[in-house]
Amino acid sequence: MDAEAAKFIGAGLASIGMAGAAIGVGNIFANFLSGALRNPSAAAGQFSNLIFGFAVTEALGIFSLVIAFLLLYAV
Amino acid sequence: MATGNPIEPIHQFEIVDILPLGNIGGANIAFTNSGLFMVLTVAAIGAFLIFSSAQRAIVPGRWQLLAEMSHEFVANIIRSTAGSEGMKFFPLIFSLFMFVLFANLWGMIPYFFTVTSHIVITMALALLVFGTVIIYGFWRNGFKFLKLFVPTGVPMYILPLVTLIEVISFLSRPLSLSLRLFGNIMAGHIVLKVFGGMVVALLAAGGWAALAIGPFVMAVAITGLEFLVAALQAYVFAVLASMYLNDAIHPGH
Repeated sequence: MDAEAAKFIGAGLASIGMAGAAIGVGNIFANFLSGALRNPSAAAGQFSNLIFGFAVTEALGIFSLVIAFLLLYAV
Repeated sequence: MATGNPIEPIHQFEIVDILPLGNIGGANIAFTNSGLFMVLTVAAIGAFLIFSSAQRAIVPGRWQLLAEMSHEFVANIIRSTAGSEGMKFFPLIFSLFMFVLFANLWGMIPYFFTVTSHIVITMALALLVFGTVIIYGFWRNGFKFLKLFVPTGVPMYILPLVTLIEVISFLSRPLSLSLRLFGNIMAGHIVLKVFGGMVVALLAAGGWAALAIGPFVMAVAITGLEFLVAALQAYVFAVLASMYLNDAIHPGH
């Protein structure tokens, strides 16, 4: 296989990893919403926990995105 | 993928020497566009905070209110994550928050360089937080700081594994803290450039030029999203930095 083609295929494969982060981030906000609707008075205090969970989950998707960009532009 | 092609999305991150300062030990020393925009970032923060708080009015004006709100915002982050004892790190967290926020916002202006889109910068910021956590943790708690890695209430047979995982997760913090900011900002700017490139390519395609409205609308929408990301990543950086400092102040789970 041509090395250039393999590079693009690898970048595409690496991007699949972001699907996992998408599911995780969706889960976090869905669960926060369902919890917040049950007890709205407690929701405001959990905002920084929400952002913390979002950031930690999102980082894993960013890792695979960075790998994809590395393959595209740095290899 | 020819270098120097303005439509190529990675071109915007190129570091250009503005003022060469000669060679020191084979390393090229120069004042670059990255350095220029770091100076601009710090100058903007300094100008904003000095001029807005110069009057010290009891009833604040608009600018003073903005400065007080940014102070109170960061103070609330620290109080809710690290407790009132964490307020001694307020200068560090506030500087990190303002630097990341202003650097991101400078980068949103077209043709401007984004300081935080280079991993050297974000890794330096993350290692600053990481080093502060380690040094302050050992200085304050002595070797009790190592209790951070040994959670209580875990059965003995699984404790070595949990400790190993805790150590690995602690060591990966600077990596994830820096990659998150760098990745978000770099990916956002690449996406903007890709959609902008689509507009240019479609406009140059003759009969298909009317279709250029699609990527143009997307580019406008993503610009709005990038402003959200710029502010959100500064917030996330400040929250995570104060959470990590909380571990140094209160080790033990």
